[in-house]
Amino acid sequence: MAKRIDVSDLNIYYGSFLAVADVSMTIEPRTVTALIGPSGCGKSTFLRTLNRMHEVIPGARAEGKVVMDGVDMYASDVDPVAVRRHVGMVFQRPNPFPTMSIAENVLAGVRLNNKRISKGDAQDLVERSLQGANLWNEVKDRLDRPGSGLSGGQQQRLCIARAIAVRPQVLLMDEPCSALDPISTLAIEDLIAELKNDYTIVIVTHNMQQAARVSDRTGFFNIAGTGKPGRLIEIDDTTTIFSSPHEQATEDYISGRFG
Amino acid sequence: MSLTPTRRPEGAEPSLTPAESMTHGRASLANRAFARLSTASGVTILALLAAVTVFLVIEALPAVTTSPAELAERISWFPETGGILGYVGPLVFGTLLAALIALLIGTPLAIGIALFISHYAPRRLAQGLGYLVDLLAAIPSVVYGLWGSLVLAPRIVPVQDLLAQYLGWFPLFDGPAAQPARTVFTVGVVLAVMILPIITAVCREVFLQTPRLHEEAALALGATRLEVIRTAVLPFARSGIISAAMLGLGRALGETMAVLMILSPGFAYSFALLQAGQHQTIAANIANQFPEANTAGVSTLIATGLVLFVITLAVNMLARWVVSRRADFSGAN
Ligand SMILES: Nc1ncnc2c1ncn2[C@@H]1O[C@H](COP(=O)(O)OP(=O)(O)OP(=O)(O)O)[C@@H](O)[C@H]1O
Ligand SMILES: [Mg+2]
Repeated sequence: MAKRIDVSDLNIYYGSFLAVADVSMTIEPRTVTALIGPSGCGKSTFLRTLNRMHEVIPGARAEGKVVMDGVDMYASDVDPVAVRRHVGMVFQRPNPFPTMSIAENVLAGVRLNNKRISKGDAQDLVERSLQGANLWNEVKDRLDRPGSGLSGGQQQRLCIARAIAVRPQVLLMDEPCSALDPISTLAIEDLIAELKNDYTIVIVTHNMQQAARVSDRTGFFNIAGTGKPGRLIEIDDTTTIFSSPHEQATEDYISGRFG
Repeated sequence: MSLTPTRRPEGAEPSLTPAESMTHGRASLANRAFARLSTASGVTILALLAAVTVFLVIEALPAVTTSPAELAERISWFPETGGILGYVGPLVFGTLLAALIALLIGTPLAIGIALFISHYAPRRLAQGLGYLVDLLAAIPSVVYGLWGSLVLAPRIVPVQDLLAQYLGWFPLFDGPAAQPARTVFTVGVVLAVMILPIITAVCREVFLQTPRLHEEAALALGATRLEVIRTAVLPFARSGIISAAMLGLGRALGETMAVLMILSPGFAYSFALLQAGQHQTIAANIANQFPEANTAGVSTLIATGLVLFVITLAVNMLARWVVSRRADFSGAN
Protein backbone atom coordinates (compact mmCIF):
# COMPACT_ATOMS: atom_id res chain seq x y z
CA MET A 1 0.00 0.00 0.00
CA ALA A 2 2.51 2.59 1.12
CA LYS A 3 4.53 4.20 -1.62
CA ARG A 4 7.81 5.94 -2.07
CA ILE A 5 7.90 9.50 -3.32
CA ASP A 6 10.78 11.13 -5.17
CA VAL A 7 10.73 14.87 -5.55
CA SER A 8 13.33 16.47 -7.76
CA ASP A 9 14.06 20.11 -8.58
CA LEU A 10 10.61 21.30 -7.69
CA ASN A 11 9.81 25.00 -8.10
CA ILE A 12 6.39 26.23 -7.05
CA TYR A 13 4.86 29.49 -8.22
CA TYR A 14 1.82 31.58 -7.32
CA GLY A 15 1.39 33.51 -10.55
CA SER A 16 4.84 34.98 -11.17
CA PHE A 17 5.86 34.73 -7.48
CA LEU A 18 8.30 31.92 -6.83
CA ALA A 19 7.14 30.62 -3.43
CA VAL A 20 9.28 27.50 -3.08
CA ALA A 21 12.49 26.84 -4.98
CA ASP A 22 14.51 23.84 -5.88
CA VAL A 23 13.22 21.14 -3.57
CA SER A 24 14.53 17.60 -3.91
CA MET A 25 13.82 14.86 -1.42
CA THR A 26 13.00 11.20 -1.16
CA ILE A 27 10.23 9.96 1.08
CA GLU A 28 10.45 6.29 1.94
CA PRO A 29 7.36 4.11 2.27
CA ARG A 30 6.06 3.46 5.79
CA THR A 31 7.88 6.37 7.32
CA VAL A 32 6.76 9.59 8.91
CA THR A 33 8.41 12.66 7.46
CA ALA A 34 8.01 15.91 9.37
CA LEU A 35 8.41 19.27 7.68
CA ILE A 36 9.36 22.16 9.93
CA GLY A 37 10.31 25.76 9.35
CA PRO A 38 9.24 29.33 10.02
CA SER A 39 5.88 30.64 8.91
CA GLY A 40 5.65 31.51 5.24
CA CYS A 41 8.55 29.32 4.13
CA GLY A 42 6.28 27.22 1.93
CA LYS A 43 5.64 24.04 3.90
CA SER A 44 1.91 24.00 3.07
CA THR A 45 2.64 25.01 -0.48
CA PHE A 46 5.08 22.14 -0.89
CA LEU A 47 2.78 19.64 0.82
CA ARG A 48 -0.06 20.45 -1.56
CA THR A 49 2.10 19.70 -4.60
CA LEU A 50 2.37 16.10 -3.41
CA ASN A 51 -1.28 15.46 -4.26
CA ARG A 52 -1.70 18.22 -6.81
CA MET A 53 -3.98 20.15 -4.48
CA HIS A 54 -2.01 23.28 -5.42
CA GLU A 55 -3.72 23.17 -8.80
CA VAL A 56 -7.06 24.21 -7.33
CA ILE A 57 -5.56 27.58 -6.34
CA PRO A 58 -5.86 29.98 -9.28
CA GLY A 59 -2.44 30.85 -10.65
CA ALA A 60 -0.55 28.19 -8.70
CA ARG A 61 1.74 25.84 -10.62
CA ALA A 62 4.69 23.60 -10.02
CA GLU A 63 7.71 22.85 -12.20
CA GLY A 64 9.86 19.81 -11.63
CA LYS A 65 9.19 16.20 -10.88
CA VAL A 66 7.19 14.29 -8.31
CA VAL A 67 7.42 10.56 -8.87
CA MET A 68 5.43 8.03 -6.89
CA ASP A 69 6.73 4.46 -7.20
CA GLY A 70 8.04 5.25 -10.66
CA VAL A 71 4.95 7.08 -11.90
CA ASP A 72 5.44 10.73 -12.77
CA MET A 73 2.48 12.38 -11.05
CA TYR A 74 2.70 15.48 -13.23
CA ALA A 75 2.67 13.60 -16.54
CA SER A 76 0.06 14.96 -18.91
CA ASP A 77 -1.96 11.74 -18.91
CA VAL A 78 -2.23 11.60 -15.12
CA ASP A 79 -5.55 12.77 -13.73
CA PRO A 80 -5.17 14.96 -10.63
CA VAL A 81 -8.42 13.48 -9.31
CA ALA A 82 -6.86 10.01 -9.45
CA VAL A 83 -3.71 11.27 -7.73
CA ARG A 84 -5.77 12.61 -4.82
CA ARG A 85 -7.48 9.27 -4.42
CA HIS A 86 -4.07 7.74 -3.75
CA VAL A 87 -2.67 10.59 -1.69
CA GLY A 88 -5.02 11.63 1.10
CA MET A 89 -4.87 14.90 2.97
CA VAL A 90 -5.78 16.16 6.43
CA PHE A 91 -6.04 19.89 6.92
CA GLN A 92 -5.06 22.29 9.67
CA ARG A 93 -8.65 23.03 10.63
CA PRO A 94 -10.93 19.99 11.00
CA ASN A 95 -13.36 20.06 8.10
CA PRO A 96 -15.98 17.31 8.29
CA PHE A 97 -18.89 17.88 5.92
CA PRO A 98 -21.43 19.65 8.13
CA THR A 99 -24.49 18.32 6.35
CA MET A 100 -23.40 14.70 6.68
CA SER A 101 -23.62 12.37 9.64
CA ILE A 102 -20.51 10.85 11.19
CA ALA A 103 -20.97 7.64 9.22
CA GLU A 104 -21.64 9.48 5.95
CA ASN A 105 -18.52 11.55 6.51
CA VAL A 106 -16.40 8.43 6.78
CA LEU A 107 -17.99 7.05 3.62
CA ALA A 108 -17.80 10.28 1.64
CA GLY A 109 -14.61 9.38 -0.20
CA VAL A 110 -15.70 5.82 -0.91
CA ARG A 111 -18.98 7.02 -2.35
CA LEU A 112 -16.99 9.14 -4.79
CA ASN A 113 -14.58 6.38 -5.71
CA ASN A 114 -16.87 3.45 -6.34
CA LYS A 115 -20.37 4.74 -6.01
CA ARG A 116 -22.13 1.62 -4.73
CA ILE A 117 -21.17 -0.43 -1.73
CA SER A 118 -23.48 -2.77 0.12
CA LYS A 119 -24.91 -1.73 3.45
CA GLY A 120 -22.97 -4.36 5.37
CA ASP A 121 -19.68 -3.42 3.70
CA ALA A 122 -20.38 0.21 4.45
CA GLN A 123 -20.95 -0.53 8.12
CA ASP A 124 -17.76 -2.56 8.29
CA LEU A 125 -15.79 0.17 6.62
CA VAL A 126 -17.17 2.83 8.95
CA GLU A 127 -16.24 0.76 11.97
CA ARG A 128 -12.79 -0.14 10.65
CA SER A 129 -11.95 3.43 9.66
CA LEU A 130 -13.17 4.93 12.90
CA GLN A 131 -11.25 2.31 14.84
CA GLY A 132 -8.22 3.12 12.73
CA ALA A 133 -8.62 6.73 13.77
CA ASN A 134 -9.12 5.84 17.45
CA LEU A 135 -12.57 7.37 17.40
CA TRP A 136 -14.87 4.36 17.31
CA ASN A 137 -15.52 4.04 21.04
CA GLU A 138 -16.43 7.69 21.37
CA VAL A 139 -18.92 7.84 18.52
CA LYS A 140 -20.27 4.32 18.00
CA ASP A 141 -23.60 5.25 19.60
CA ARG A 142 -24.19 8.32 17.50
CA LEU A 143 -23.04 7.47 14.01
CA ASP A 144 -26.06 9.18 12.49
CA ARG A 145 -25.49 12.48 14.29
CA PRO A 146 -23.84 15.35 12.39
CA GLY A 147 -20.05 15.29 12.34
CA SER A 148 -19.95 18.96 13.19
CA GLY A 149 -21.35 18.12 16.65
CA LEU A 150 -18.07 16.54 17.75
CA SER A 151 -15.27 18.26 19.63
CA GLY A 152 -12.41 19.71 17.60
CA GLY A 153 -10.10 16.80 18.36
CA GLN A 154 -12.81 14.28 17.52
CA GLN A 155 -13.59 16.14 14.29
CA GLN A 156 -9.94 15.97 13.31
CA ARG A 157 -9.86 12.22 13.97
CA LEU A 158 -13.08 11.94 11.94
CA CYS A 159 -11.27 13.67 9.09
CA ILE A 160 -8.43 11.18 9.44
CA ALA A 161 -10.95 8.32 9.39
CA ARG A 162 -12.48 9.83 6.25
CA ALA A 163 -9.05 10.06 4.64
CA ILE A 164 -7.99 6.48 5.47
CA ALA A 165 -11.39 5.00 4.52
CA VAL A 166 -10.38 5.18 0.85
CA ARG A 167 -7.11 3.35 1.69
CA PRO A 168 -4.69 5.86 0.24
CA GLN A 169 -1.01 5.09 -0.18
CA VAL A 170 0.18 8.34 1.26
CA LEU A 171 -1.30 10.57 3.93
CA LEU A 172 -0.46 14.28 4.02
CA MET A 173 -1.16 16.25 7.18
CA ASP A 174 -0.88 20.02 7.39
CA GLU A 175 -0.54 21.01 11.05
CA PRO A 176 -3.25 18.53 12.04
CA CYS A 177 -2.96 19.34 15.75
CA SER A 178 -2.60 23.09 15.72
CA ALA A 179 -6.25 23.64 16.59
CA LEU A 180 -6.30 20.96 19.30
CA ASP A 181 -5.66 20.65 23.01
CA PRO A 182 -2.71 18.59 24.34
CA ILE A 183 -4.83 15.48 25.03
CA SER A 184 -6.32 15.41 21.53
CA THR A 185 -2.87 16.12 20.16
CA LEU A 186 -1.46 13.08 21.95
CA ALA A 187 -4.33 10.97 20.62
CA ILE A 188 -3.46 12.01 17.08
CA GLU A 189 0.24 11.46 17.62
CA ASP A 190 -0.45 7.93 18.84
CA LEU A 191 -2.60 7.44 15.80
CA ILE A 192 0.19 8.59 13.48
CA ALA A 193 2.52 6.06 15.06
CA GLU A 194 -0.02 3.31 14.26
CA LEU A 195 -0.84 4.54 10.78
CA LYS A 196 2.85 4.44 9.93
CA ASN A 197 2.58 0.66 9.63
CA ASP A 198 0.36 1.01 6.58
CA TYR A 199 0.90 4.43 5.12
CA THR A 200 3.56 6.85 4.06
CA ILE A 201 2.98 9.97 6.11
CA VAL A 202 4.14 13.52 5.59
CA ILE A 203 3.28 15.94 8.36
CA VAL A 204 3.80 19.69 8.61
CA THR A 205 4.17 20.94 12.15
CA HIS A 206 5.27 24.00 14.10
CA ASN A 207 5.70 21.91 17.19
CA MET A 208 9.31 20.79 17.39
CA GLN A 209 8.62 18.23 20.13
CA GLN A 210 5.91 16.76 17.97
CA ALA A 211 8.28 16.44 15.03
CA ALA A 212 10.81 14.77 17.33
CA ARG A 213 8.17 12.43 18.78
CA VAL A 214 6.38 11.21 15.69
CA SER A 215 8.74 11.40 12.75
CA ASP A 216 11.51 9.23 11.36
CA ARG A 217 12.85 11.95 9.13
CA THR A 218 12.66 15.70 9.40
CA GLY A 219 13.01 18.30 6.68
CA PHE A 220 13.79 21.89 7.53
CA PHE A 221 12.52 24.66 5.24
CA ASN A 222 13.70 28.22 5.53
CA ILE A 223 13.21 31.52 3.82
CA ALA A 224 15.92 34.13 3.30
CA GLY A 225 13.55 37.11 3.54
CA THR A 226 10.16 38.34 2.45
CA GLY A 227 9.66 38.00 -1.29
CA LYS A 228 12.39 35.36 -1.48
CA PRO A 229 11.46 31.75 -2.16
CA GLY A 230 11.41 29.16 0.60
CA ARG A 231 14.01 26.39 0.30
CA LEU A 232 14.60 22.99 1.77
CA ILE A 233 17.69 23.54 3.90
CA GLU A 234 18.24 19.94 4.85
CA ILE A 235 16.45 16.68 5.42
CA ASP A 236 17.81 13.87 7.51
CA ASP A 237 16.94 11.34 10.19
CA THR A 238 15.01 13.08 12.92
CA THR A 239 17.55 12.14 15.56
CA THR A 240 20.33 13.65 13.47
CA ILE A 241 18.40 16.86 12.79
CA PHE A 242 17.67 17.37 16.45
CA SER A 243 21.09 16.36 17.80
CA SER A 244 23.67 17.31 15.20
CA PRO A 245 22.27 19.04 12.11
CA HIS A 246 24.66 19.82 9.28
CA GLU A 247 23.46 23.34 8.70
CA GLN A 248 23.84 26.24 11.09
CA ALA A 249 20.37 27.56 10.13
CA THR A 250 18.75 24.31 11.21
CA GLU A 251 20.54 24.34 14.50
CA ASP A 252 19.52 27.96 15.09
CA TYR A 253 15.91 27.20 14.29
CA ILE A 254 15.48 24.13 16.45
CA SER A 255 17.26 25.74 19.36
CA GLY A 256 15.05 28.79 19.08
CA ARG A 257 17.72 31.14 17.70
CA PHE A 258 16.46 32.22 14.33
CA GLY A 259 15.93 35.41 12.39
CA MET B 1 -31.96 65.45 30.47
CA SER B 2 -31.69 67.75 27.48
CA LEU B 3 -31.15 66.36 24.04
CA THR B 4 -28.70 69.06 22.92
CA PRO B 5 -25.24 68.56 24.34
CA THR B 6 -24.21 71.43 26.57
CA ARG B 7 -20.94 73.05 25.58
CA ARG B 8 -18.42 73.41 28.35
CA PRO B 9 -16.44 76.61 28.63
CA GLU B 10 -12.95 76.42 27.13
CA GLY B 11 -10.41 74.93 29.44
CA ALA B 12 -12.91 73.79 32.04
CA GLU B 13 -12.06 70.36 33.36
CA PRO B 14 -14.85 67.88 32.69
CA SER B 15 -15.92 66.82 36.16
CA LEU B 16 -17.79 63.67 35.29
CA THR B 17 -17.58 60.44 37.19
CA PRO B 18 -16.76 57.43 35.00
CA ALA B 19 -20.36 56.30 35.15
CA GLU B 20 -21.60 59.66 33.95
CA SER B 21 -19.03 59.88 31.19
CA MET B 22 -20.27 56.55 29.96
CA THR B 23 -23.90 57.54 29.75
CA HIS B 24 -23.64 61.14 28.58
CA GLY B 25 -21.81 62.73 25.72
CA ARG B 26 -22.12 63.11 22.01
CA ALA B 27 -21.41 59.53 21.03
CA SER B 28 -24.08 58.03 23.23
CA LEU B 29 -26.56 60.65 22.04
CA ALA B 30 -26.01 59.60 18.44
CA ASN B 31 -26.23 56.03 19.60
CA ARG B 32 -29.59 56.51 21.27
CA ALA B 33 -30.92 58.52 18.34
CA PHE B 34 -29.97 55.73 16.00
CA ALA B 35 -31.46 53.09 18.26
CA ARG B 36 -34.76 54.97 18.28
CA LEU B 37 -34.69 55.49 14.55
CA SER B 38 -34.15 51.81 13.85
CA THR B 39 -36.78 50.79 16.40
CA ALA B 40 -39.19 53.21 14.74
CA SER B 41 -38.46 51.68 11.33
CA GLY B 42 -39.10 48.23 12.72
CA VAL B 43 -42.37 49.31 14.28
CA THR B 44 -43.43 51.01 11.04
CA ILE B 45 -43.08 47.74 9.16
CA LEU B 46 -45.23 45.93 11.70
CA ALA B 47 -47.81 48.72 11.67
CA LEU B 48 -47.93 48.68 7.88
CA LEU B 49 -48.43 44.93 7.81
CA ALA B 50 -51.18 45.20 10.40
CA ALA B 51 -52.82 48.06 8.52
CA VAL B 52 -52.85 46.10 5.26
CA THR B 53 -54.31 43.06 7.00
CA VAL B 54 -57.01 45.12 8.73
CA PHE B 55 -57.86 46.89 5.46
CA LEU B 56 -58.19 43.58 3.62
CA VAL B 57 -60.33 42.00 6.32
CA ILE B 58 -62.68 44.96 6.74
CA GLU B 59 -63.16 45.47 3.03
CA ALA B 60 -63.61 41.75 2.39
CA LEU B 61 -66.14 41.28 5.19
CA PRO B 62 -69.24 42.30 3.20
CA ALA B 63 -68.49 39.71 0.52
CA VAL B 64 -68.29 36.99 3.18
CA THR B 65 -71.37 38.02 5.15
CA THR B 66 -73.67 38.72 2.20
CA SER B 67 -75.62 35.70 1.01
CA PRO B 68 -74.30 34.01 -2.16
CA ALA B 69 -77.65 34.51 -3.90
CA GLU B 70 -77.54 38.24 -3.33
CA LEU B 71 -73.92 38.45 -4.49
CA ALA B 72 -74.81 36.55 -7.62
CA GLU B 73 -77.63 38.97 -8.24
CA ARG B 74 -75.55 42.10 -7.73
CA ILE B 75 -72.35 40.98 -9.49
CA SER B 76 -72.56 40.02 -13.13
CA TRP B 77 -69.52 37.69 -13.01
CA PHE B 78 -70.35 35.96 -9.73
CA PRO B 79 -71.25 32.26 -10.04
CA GLU B 80 -74.90 31.24 -9.49
CA THR B 81 -73.88 28.41 -7.18
CA GLY B 82 -70.99 27.78 -4.83
CA GLY B 83 -70.82 31.14 -3.12
CA ILE B 84 -67.62 33.00 -2.34
CA LEU B 85 -65.60 29.82 -1.78
CA GLY B 86 -66.80 28.48 -5.09
CA TYR B 87 -65.55 31.68 -6.67
CA VAL B 88 -62.15 31.79 -4.99
CA GLY B 89 -61.42 28.07 -5.38
CA PRO B 90 -60.61 27.94 -9.09
CA LEU B 91 -58.66 31.19 -8.77
CA VAL B 92 -56.50 29.74 -6.01
CA PHE B 93 -56.03 26.63 -8.12
CA GLY B 94 -55.03 28.67 -11.17
CA THR B 95 -52.67 30.85 -9.14
CA LEU B 96 -50.89 27.87 -7.56
CA LEU B 97 -50.74 26.00 -10.86
CA ALA B 98 -49.14 28.87 -12.77
CA ALA B 99 -46.67 29.57 -9.97
CA LEU B 100 -45.79 25.89 -9.65
CA ILE B 101 -45.05 25.54 -13.36
CA ALA B 102 -42.89 28.63 -13.15
CA LEU B 103 -41.03 27.21 -10.17
CA LEU B 104 -40.54 23.79 -11.77
CA ILE B 105 -39.05 25.34 -14.89
CA GLY B 106 -37.29 28.27 -13.23
CA THR B 107 -35.55 26.73 -10.22
CA PRO B 108 -33.45 24.06 -11.96
CA LEU B 109 -32.52 26.54 -14.66
CA ALA B 110 -31.56 29.15 -12.07
CA ILE B 111 -29.48 26.63 -10.09
CA GLY B 112 -27.73 25.62 -13.30
CA ILE B 113 -26.95 29.20 -14.26
CA ALA B 114 -25.83 30.06 -10.72
CA LEU B 115 -23.53 27.02 -10.58
CA PHE B 116 -22.09 27.89 -13.95
CA ILE B 117 -21.40 31.42 -12.78
CA SER B 118 -19.97 30.39 -9.41
CA HIS B 119 -18.03 27.24 -10.26
CA TYR B 120 -17.52 26.75 -13.97
CA ALA B 121 -17.25 29.96 -15.95
CA PRO B 122 -13.96 31.85 -16.19
CA ARG B 123 -14.14 34.98 -14.04
CA ARG B 124 -14.70 37.50 -16.85
CA LEU B 125 -17.51 35.51 -18.41
CA ALA B 126 -19.06 34.87 -14.99
CA GLN B 127 -19.25 38.57 -14.24
CA GLY B 128 -20.83 39.39 -17.58
CA LEU B 129 -23.33 36.60 -17.26
CA GLY B 130 -24.28 37.57 -13.71
CA TYR B 131 -24.84 41.13 -14.88
CA LEU B 132 -26.99 39.92 -17.75
CA VAL B 133 -29.21 37.85 -15.47
CA ASP B 134 -29.62 40.82 -13.14
CA LEU B 135 -30.72 42.86 -16.15
CA LEU B 136 -33.63 40.45 -16.66
CA ALA B 137 -34.98 41.70 -13.33
CA ALA B 138 -35.01 45.26 -14.63
CA ILE B 139 -37.49 44.49 -17.42
CA PRO B 140 -40.98 45.75 -16.44
CA SER B 141 -43.58 43.03 -16.20
CA VAL B 142 -45.77 44.72 -18.79
CA VAL B 143 -42.96 44.19 -21.29
CA TYR B 144 -42.88 40.52 -20.35
CA GLY B 145 -46.64 40.52 -20.95
CA LEU B 146 -46.22 42.01 -24.40
CA TRP B 147 -43.40 39.63 -25.24
CA GLY B 148 -45.37 36.66 -23.91
CA SER B 149 -48.54 37.38 -25.82
CA LEU B 150 -47.06 38.70 -29.07
CA VAL B 151 -43.82 36.74 -29.44
CA LEU B 152 -43.89 33.65 -27.26
CA ALA B 153 -47.54 32.61 -27.50
CA PRO B 154 -47.44 32.08 -31.28
CA ARG B 155 -43.95 30.53 -31.23
CA ILE B 156 -44.49 28.10 -28.41
CA VAL B 157 -47.30 26.39 -30.35
CA PRO B 158 -45.03 23.70 -31.88
CA VAL B 159 -43.69 22.85 -28.43
CA GLN B 160 -47.19 22.51 -27.06
CA ASP B 161 -48.19 20.39 -30.07
CA LEU B 162 -45.24 18.10 -29.47
CA LEU B 163 -46.10 17.72 -25.80
CA ALA B 164 -49.74 17.02 -26.66
CA GLN B 165 -48.75 14.52 -29.32
CA TYR B 166 -46.25 12.46 -27.34
CA LEU B 167 -47.31 13.01 -23.75
CA GLY B 168 -51.00 13.53 -24.41
CA TRP B 169 -51.88 10.31 -22.57
CA PHE B 170 -50.80 12.14 -19.41
CA PRO B 171 -53.65 14.41 -18.19
CA LEU B 172 -51.36 17.41 -17.84
CA PHE B 173 -50.65 17.45 -21.55
CA ASP B 174 -54.10 16.56 -22.79
CA GLY B 175 -54.65 17.88 -26.34
CA PRO B 176 -55.52 19.51 -28.56
CA ALA B 177 -53.10 22.30 -27.67
CA ALA B 178 -54.50 25.81 -27.90
CA GLN B 179 -53.56 28.03 -30.81
CA PRO B 180 -52.40 30.73 -30.14
CA ALA B 181 -51.03 29.43 -26.87
CA ARG B 182 -52.81 31.70 -24.41
CA THR B 183 -52.45 28.89 -21.91
CA VAL B 184 -51.28 28.46 -18.34
CA PHE B 185 -48.28 26.63 -19.81
CA THR B 186 -47.13 29.75 -21.66
CA VAL B 187 -47.80 31.82 -18.56
CA GLY B 188 -45.68 29.40 -16.53
CA VAL B 189 -42.82 29.74 -18.99
CA VAL B 190 -42.96 33.55 -18.90
CA LEU B 191 -43.21 33.57 -15.12
CA ALA B 192 -40.21 31.23 -14.99
CA VAL B 193 -38.17 33.78 -16.93
CA MET B 194 -39.42 36.52 -14.62
CA ILE B 195 -38.41 34.74 -11.42
CA LEU B 196 -35.09 33.56 -12.88
CA PRO B 197 -33.07 36.63 -11.81
CA ILE B 198 -34.00 36.59 -8.15
CA ILE B 199 -33.49 32.84 -7.77
CA THR B 200 -30.23 32.92 -9.71
CA ALA B 201 -28.89 35.89 -7.76
CA VAL B 202 -29.62 34.35 -4.36
CA CYS B 203 -28.30 30.91 -5.38
CA ARG B 204 -25.14 32.41 -6.85
CA GLU B 205 -24.39 34.26 -3.62
CA VAL B 206 -25.00 31.15 -1.56
CA PHE B 207 -22.84 28.97 -3.82
CA LEU B 208 -20.02 31.48 -3.65
CA GLN B 209 -20.15 31.34 0.13
CA THR B 210 -19.43 27.60 0.27
CA PRO B 211 -16.58 27.34 2.76
CA ARG B 212 -13.27 26.79 0.95
CA LEU B 213 -12.51 24.27 3.69
CA HIS B 214 -15.34 21.97 2.63
CA GLU B 215 -14.62 22.26 -1.06
CA GLU B 216 -11.00 21.35 -0.37
CA ALA B 217 -12.09 18.45 1.83
CA ALA B 218 -13.98 17.03 -1.15
CA LEU B 219 -11.18 17.78 -3.60
CA ALA B 220 -8.62 16.08 -1.37
CA LEU B 221 -10.77 12.94 -1.36
CA GLY B 222 -10.49 12.89 -5.13
CA ALA B 223 -13.74 14.55 -6.07
CA THR B 224 -14.31 15.82 -9.58
CA ARG B 225 -15.83 19.25 -10.01
CA LEU B 226 -19.30 17.78 -10.25
CA GLU B 227 -18.70 15.73 -7.10
CA VAL B 228 -17.44 18.78 -5.24
CA ILE B 229 -20.71 20.45 -6.11
CA ARG B 230 -22.66 17.41 -4.96
CA THR B 231 -20.83 16.81 -1.69
CA ALA B 232 -19.85 20.31 -0.58
CA VAL B 233 -21.68 23.03 -2.48
CA LEU B 234 -25.28 21.84 -2.80
CA PRO B 235 -25.71 20.45 0.74
CA PHE B 236 -24.30 23.66 2.14
CA ALA B 237 -26.59 25.73 -0.09
CA ARG B 238 -29.72 23.68 0.49
CA SER B 239 -31.56 26.11 2.74
CA GLY B 240 -30.40 29.02 0.61
CA ILE B 241 -31.83 27.37 -2.49
CA ILE B 242 -35.14 26.86 -0.73
CA SER B 243 -35.23 30.51 0.33
CA ALA B 244 -34.42 31.55 -3.22
CA ALA B 245 -37.17 29.38 -4.66
CA MET B 246 -39.67 30.78 -2.15
CA LEU B 247 -38.73 34.33 -3.08
CA GLY B 248 -39.36 33.37 -6.70
CA LEU B 249 -42.62 31.67 -5.78
CA GLY B 250 -43.74 34.81 -3.96
CA ARG B 251 -43.12 36.84 -7.07
CA ALA B 252 -44.84 34.31 -9.34
CA LEU B 253 -47.92 34.12 -7.08
CA GLY B 254 -48.44 37.87 -7.16
CA GLU B 255 -47.50 38.58 -10.77
CA THR B 256 -50.38 40.38 -12.45
CA MET B 257 -49.66 42.15 -15.70
CA ALA B 258 -47.90 39.39 -17.59
CA VAL B 259 -50.60 36.85 -16.67
CA LEU B 260 -53.37 39.26 -17.57
CA MET B 261 -51.92 39.91 -20.99
CA ILE B 262 -51.13 36.32 -21.90
CA LEU B 263 -53.76 34.08 -20.36
CA SER B 264 -57.15 33.46 -21.84
CA PRO B 265 -59.07 33.16 -18.56
CA GLY B 266 -61.36 30.40 -17.33
CA PHE B 267 -62.67 29.13 -14.02
CA ALA B 268 -62.10 25.40 -14.09
CA TYR B 269 -60.19 23.03 -11.81
CA SER B 270 -58.37 21.78 -14.85
CA PHE B 271 -54.97 20.16 -15.16
CA ALA B 272 -54.97 20.63 -18.92
CA LEU B 273 -51.96 22.90 -19.15
CA LEU B 274 -52.07 23.19 -22.91
CA GLN B 275 -55.67 24.33 -23.24
CA ALA B 276 -56.86 27.93 -23.19
CA GLY B 277 -59.82 29.33 -21.25
CA GLN B 278 -59.28 27.02 -18.29
CA HIS B 279 -57.40 28.99 -15.65
CA GLN B 280 -57.11 32.38 -14.07
CA THR B 281 -54.96 33.74 -11.25
CA ILE B 282 -56.14 35.83 -8.32
CA ALA B 283 -53.97 38.82 -9.12
CA ALA B 284 -54.81 38.91 -12.81
CA ASN B 285 -58.49 38.46 -12.05
CA ILE B 286 -58.49 41.43 -9.66
CA ALA B 287 -56.80 43.63 -12.23
CA ASN B 288 -59.21 42.42 -14.87
CA GLN B 289 -62.47 42.96 -12.96
CA PHE B 290 -61.63 45.87 -10.70
CA PRO B 291 -62.18 48.82 -13.09
CA GLU B 292 -65.80 47.81 -13.80
CA ALA B 293 -66.70 46.41 -10.39
CA ASN B 294 -69.46 47.81 -8.14
CA THR B 295 -69.25 47.88 -4.31
CA ALA B 296 -70.14 44.23 -3.86
CA GLY B 297 -67.78 43.31 -6.67
CA VAL B 298 -64.88 45.23 -5.13
CA SER B 299 -65.52 43.55 -1.78
CA THR B 300 -65.49 40.14 -3.44
CA LEU B 301 -62.25 40.93 -5.25
CA ILE B 302 -60.66 42.11 -2.01
CA ALA B 303 -61.70 38.84 -0.39
CA THR B 304 -59.77 37.00 -3.10
CA GLY B 305 -56.87 39.36 -2.46
CA LEU B 306 -56.95 38.39 1.20
CA VAL B 307 -56.70 34.75 0.20
CA LEU B 308 -53.63 35.53 -1.94
CA PHE B 309 -52.11 37.37 1.02
CA VAL B 310 -52.65 34.35 3.26
CA ILE B 311 -51.17 31.98 0.67
CA THR B 312 -48.05 34.11 0.29
CA LEU B 313 -47.69 34.28 4.05
CA ALA B 314 -48.09 30.52 4.33
CA VAL B 315 -45.47 29.95 1.63
CA ASN B 316 -43.03 32.10 3.55
CA MET B 317 -43.66 30.34 6.83
CA LEU B 318 -43.36 26.96 5.17
CA ALA B 319 -40.02 28.02 3.73
CA ARG B 320 -38.78 29.07 7.15
CA TRP B 321 -39.88 25.80 8.66
CA VAL B 322 -38.15 23.77 5.95
CA VAL B 323 -34.98 25.78 6.42
CA SER B 324 -34.95 25.36 10.21
CA ARG B 325 -35.87 21.69 10.23
CA ARG B 326 -32.36 20.36 9.68
CA ALA B 327 -30.59 23.30 11.27
CA ASP B 328 -28.09 21.13 13.14
CA PHE B 329 -26.98 19.56 9.87
CA SER B 330 -26.48 22.96 8.23
CA GLY B 331 -23.16 24.72 7.82
CA ALA B 332 -24.07 27.15 10.55
CA ASN B 333 -22.34 25.47 13.48
N1 LIG C 1 -3.05 31.08 -2.37
C1 LIG C 1 -1.89 31.77 -2.40
N2 LIG C 1 -1.73 32.75 -3.32
C2 LIG C 1 -0.57 33.47 -3.35
N3 LIG C 1 0.45 33.27 -2.53
C3 LIG C 1 0.35 32.32 -1.59
C4 LIG C 1 -0.84 31.52 -1.47
N4 LIG C 1 -0.66 30.65 -0.45
C5 LIG C 1 0.55 30.91 0.05
N5 LIG C 1 1.17 31.90 -0.62
C6 LIG C 1 2.54 32.43 -0.36
O1 LIG C 1 3.45 31.39 -0.49
C7 LIG C 1 4.43 31.47 0.53
C8 LIG C 1 4.44 30.16 1.33
O2 LIG C 1 3.21 30.03 2.02
P1 LIG C 1 2.79 28.72 2.81
O3 LIG C 1 1.38 28.85 3.21
O4 LIG C 1 3.15 27.53 1.99
O5 LIG C 1 3.75 28.81 4.07
P2 LIG C 1 3.79 27.86 5.33
O6 LIG C 1 5.20 27.44 5.46
O7 LIG C 1 2.77 26.79 5.23
O8 LIG C 1 3.43 28.86 6.50
P3 LIG C 1 2.65 28.54 7.86
O9 LIG C 1 3.61 27.85 8.72
O10 LIG C 1 2.31 29.90 8.38
O11 LIG C 1 1.45 27.72 7.51
C9 LIG C 1 4.08 32.68 1.39
O12 LIG C 1 4.88 33.76 0.96
C10 LIG C 1 2.65 32.93 1.05
O13 LIG C 1 2.36 34.30 1.13
MG1 LIG D 1 0.94 26.31 6.32
